[in-house]
Amino acid sequence: MPRIKSIAKRSLNIVVLLSAVLILNFFLLHLAPGDPAEVIAGDMGGATLELLAEIRTLYGLDLPLHEQLGNYLSRVIQGDLGYSYSYNLPVTELILGRLFPTLLLVLSAMFLSITVGTLMGVLSARKPNSLFSHVLTFVSLAGYSAPVFWSGIMLLIVFASIWPIFPVSGMQDIFRDPGIINNILDIAVHLVLPVITLSMIYLAQYSRLSRVSMMDVLGSDYIRTARAKGLSETTVLFKHALRNAALPVITMAGLQFSNLFAGAVLVETVFNWPGMGSLAFESILRRDSPTMLGILFFSSLIVIMANLLTDFAYGLVDPRIQKKD
Amino acid sequence: MHLTLNFEPDSTMTSMHKDTLLEIRNLYVKFGTMAAVQDFNLTLKAGETHALVGESGSGKSVTAMAILRLIEMGTQGEITSGEVLFRCPDGQVIDLLKQTEAQMRSIRGNQISMIFQEPLTSLNPVLTIGDQIAEPLILHQKMSRQQAREESLNLLQQMRISEAEKRLSEYPHQLSGGMRQRVMIAMAMACRPQILIADEPTTALDVTIQAQVLELIKELKNKYNTAVLMITHDMGVVAEVADQVSVMHLSKLVETGNVHQIFNQPQESYTQALLSSVPKLGATADFDLPKMFELAGKPIEDNLKPQKRPDYQATPVLQIQNLVKYFPVRQGRVHALEKVSLDLAPGETLAIVGESGCGKSTLGNLCCRLLESDQGSIHLNGIDISHLNQSQLRPHRKHIQMIFQDPYASLDPQRRVGDSVAEPLVIEGKLRPHEIKQRVSELFVRVGLDAEQMERYPHQFSGGQRQRICIARALTLNPKVVVADESVSALDVSVQAQVINLMIELQQDLGLSYLFISHDMAVVERVSHRVAVMYLGQIVEIGSRQAIFNSPQHSYTKKLLSAVPISDPSRRTVDRALIEGEVPSPIHNLDYTPIHLQFRQVKDNHYVAIED
Amino acid sequence: MRSRSSKNMPVEYSSPAADAMRMFYANKSALIGLVLLVSIISLSLLGPLLIAADPFDMVWAPLTAPGESEYILGTDYLGRDILIGIIYGGQATLAVAATAALISVTIGITIGALAGFYGGWVATVLISITEFFQVLPALLLAMVLITLFSPSLGVIAFAIGVVSWTPMARLTRAEFLRIKELEFVKAARSISASNTRIILRVILPNAMAPLIVMTALNIGVAILFEAGLSFLGLGDPSQMSWGMMIGSSREYILDAWWPVTFPGIMIFLTVLAVSLVGDGLNDAFNPKLRAR
Repeated sequence: MPRIKSIAKRSLNIVVLLSAVLILNFFLLHLAPGDPAEVIAGDMGGATLELLAEIRTLYGLDLPLHEQLGNYLSRVIQGDLGYSYSYNLPVTELILGRLFPTLLLVLSAMFLSITVGTLMGVLSARKPNSLFSHVLTFVSLAGYSAPVFWSGIMLLIVFASIWPIFPVSGMQDIFRDPGIINNILDIAVHLVLPVITLSMIYLAQYSRLSRVSMMDVLGSDYIRTARAKGLSETTVLFKHALRNAALPVITMAGLQFSNLFAGAVLVETVFNWPGMGSLAFESILRRDSPTMLGILFFSSLIVIMANLLTDFAYGLVDPRIQKKD
Repeated sequence: MHLTLNFEPDSTMTSMHKDTLLEIRNLYVKFGTMAAVQDFNLTLKAGETHALVGESGSGKSVTAMAILRLIEMGTQGEITSGEVLFRCPDGQVIDLLKQTEAQMRSIRGNQISMIFQEPLTSLNPVLTIGDQIAEPLILHQKMSRQQAREESLNLLQQMRISEAEKRLSEYPHQLSGGMRQRVMIAMAMACRPQILIADEPTTALDVTIQAQVLELIKELKNKYNTAVLMITHDMGVVAEVADQVSVMHLSKLVETGNVHQIFNQPQESYTQALLSSVPKLGATADFDLPKMFELAGKPIEDNLKPQKRPDYQATPVLQIQNLVKYFPVRQGRVHALEKVSLDLAPGETLAIVGESGCGKSTLGNLCCRLLESDQGSIHLNGIDISHLNQSQLRPHRKHIQMIFQDPYASLDPQRRVGDSVAEPLVIEGKLRPHEIKQRVSELFVRVGLDAEQMERYPHQFSGGQRQRICIARALTLNPKVVVADESVSALDVSVQAQVINLMIELQQDLGLSYLFISHDMAVVERVSHRVAVMYLGQIVEIGSRQAIFNSPQHSYTKKLLSAVPISDPSRRTVDRALIEGEVPSPIHNLDYTPIHLQFRQVKDNHYVAIED
Repeated sequence: MRSRSSKNMPVEYSSPAADAMRMFYANKSALIGLVLLVSIISLSLLGPLLIAADPFDMVWAPLTAPGESEYILGTDYLGRDILIGIIYGGQATLAVAATAALISVTIGITIGALAGFYGGWVATVLISITEFFQVLPALLLAMVLITLFSPSLGVIAFAIGVVSWTPMARLTRAEFLRIKELEFVKAARSISASNTRIILRVILPNAMAPLIVMTALNIGVAILFEAGLSFLGLGDPSQMSWGMMIGSSREYILDAWWPVTFPGIMIFLTVLAVSLVGDGLNDAFNPKLRAR
């Protein structure tokens, strides 16, 4: 069955990619100037000789490189990404603890920017010379040009000093009322500013892309046919044009996912959001290489999963992909 | 969206003749500052087929779109004045240009329908066929989904689409070109419109499929008494189907009248010039050599000059033996060429004809080594070039050059045309720059252009001029063989005739041989000495042009010839043996073993494949 | 367009590139962007030459607001002049962004061109490499590289360049695949033009339009990238940069808005200028889109 064959091919592709990431991690660790043991120990200040010796035996740093690589790969398959000496936790545990906030932030931002961005782009394409169109173009250009960390800081200043309706730091209030609903609301209210900041850039991109894509589609022959059948402009726009115009947006969404993670690092740092992004920043301050590399691996894994999902979504929308005779 | 027009509505409603269904009066349409249609008039009666003919830029498509007021959406077109009177089913006469958008929408697809040229891009790729056909039914006839589905099935069956039930849930890309056009017609006829506007409906289709579709339109027209406004540039189609003809040129109406009148007694000089450029099937039946078109300004004596004949005694300049080419695809392989053999004599034009998938273009590409053959040999001037590597091939390449189909993609847009023509000499590296420039000037003049035009860029030239430049480029290294792959198919009829005359002239002067690949039988008749008919990757018949056209032997050749529309309304065929079904696909799975055809000799050099 | 006769041709012989440039200069927002960009570059290059000062110098009381002293834009938490910081801060950003863009464009076009032209196993390998770099979040990888090696301007430029070439590679490959099938390329092959000649002199000039637009995009991305890294403290500590100004003053934003606002505005204006120019180029090369 061709379906199984393509799934198998895809899986192999993923495994190869992940292995490549791991091998990269491994070599980065060893290519960095300095003693690998010190690099692993990090910048704790108190890297004693005993600790370094312990690290050497634990990681087998005296063994030949290819054996070390083998050990490393087999450890990762079992879920062991190493140990963080600055946090005193296994890296895997450390990262998993910060996974949910980042996913929440990134997925919300993606959802917001795609839906709002596409909608605005579509409306703008309907009347390309209207005031709305020009304003949108300008606003999206501005949103795209402002550095994400700066926009976050500007929002922070506004909402902290001038108009304090949203919290500007952290994910949850320590002094919140108990109960699940209160919990969710609390997180939601903390989520507002970080999500708006992160989605601003991508909103700009999606609205521009969907505008161009929609204008392209509206000029195509099948839209002319649809109009020639007497269909209303709303039907033409939403039934005939939208699905076709969405295809490039879905493609871009897949490609942007890894950029979203990069943005998350900056946004989480600005708003003290307890996710993988701020963990990345902290681990850099502490020169905690195992954690950094662990985050690199983990985020690549998530990006690969996200790419699979977008490919699947694309196949759902475009029948030409699935039903190749 | 509310469409408003920028002129004062005429309150005095002039009435129409009682037989007239549609009348266009003094229509003016502009695009930005350019006038696309000026003072256009047309009358259409019920049950009549009216052909609107013109070359590119004539304004015929714009006129068609203006009738349904589609011109104002998404383009910069604007109807500036005129009337388009339409007799509704209830007898009332309305001016379409004064209707609101909502009123127009109830007419589109309902009382007046339109079908377009490109069936692939004219259907929405992400919606099913059934869904798209059902739309006008649900919208205009207020059918329920179930009723619409049944009626769609009925329509597909009427259009003679095989496996109609299955097709309803398929997508456009799963259907062939001919089937898609039938789906378009089904959609357009769904509500039994009074008028069907067909904008070049068969131009993108193979000749045998074209014949089927035209036949279908004729049947539907007779059954439902629909009036058809057929927009086309193909005079053969006009002669086959039209009752009335209107000729447009550069936005104006040139002449209008009954189809016999127009063809036999054209009054205006443009119409006369147009008709003289049209290749008529059978025009060279008594003449065994290529015959130039008698165009205005072209002395007829050129055709009476003793023509040099091809030298069949000498070694053939091109010899192809048992050429095989497969293309791997997901489902298996495309059998593009199966052991094809042929020879080309010096000074000869051998035409390769066939429909899509027959392998003719592949053959041309293989001869120029733009593709690599899987088996077989190609001898150029006696030397086997099929297995030479790139550097060994280089000195031989100059003997065989190619002219392509699309004049808009054949020249590098970033380069001056003189540089494009000079490139073969630059790469060869034997001549000095001023010698190269000299040669390029000569070539430009030889193909009928001015030498100063060398400095210009491709976008500054028309399609016909670009094709001349491509011919100049092909001649730069003095080739013996020129492969013309559908080189005139994309040109307007009048330009096509000029380019064909040029090619025949060059053949006489330079002793060139042409491998003339084409699907257009009427053009092939004018241009060739011999003809090879291809089908599914093999030659099914080969012989002199007179033999093939006057006494075709193979059933496919006969069907092909009978499907060609004849540009003479008095010879309109009433009943034709049409090919049933689609042009078959040359895709097979890997286990398939091809059956190679055996030939028998009919007479002299006329051979035909034995059919079982 | 099809029925143009040569008799009515204007005398000037205009190449498609010249036509595009003419349309660019007629586009108001593109011109604004260009002027803005030139101004910022001049400020960053000439400013430090004309005004000799050290942006790291403590010149006044910390956290002085704009307008309270002779220092127009105020001072930061270390008492450093913000205006001088703005003037000197552009150099690092522009130098790094230009170098990084150069690196990523070179890598991207080379890989994309080879993958698009050759196909086969060459393409498979190159596409896998592209996919690999695409999957790694660029900022994270750059952060890792800079942390493990040293945060000098060269390393930073290299790191940014090496992680951001994938969109250019994808675009170049797509363009090459498309143009390769056009007939004038086949014509070049039929006269035995070498592959190198075809890639460099036939296909590439025809692919330039979208590649140039993407280069402008890349420059914008590189600027934001450098700013982000400096903000996180991974910039070159010996060079003042706008991102660093924002990052270092982050703890004091509730007391002093000016040390973070002005450098941010500079980054914003620079990227905006580059985007406007990029957009203008895009419109100049695609007249069809403008007409609507």
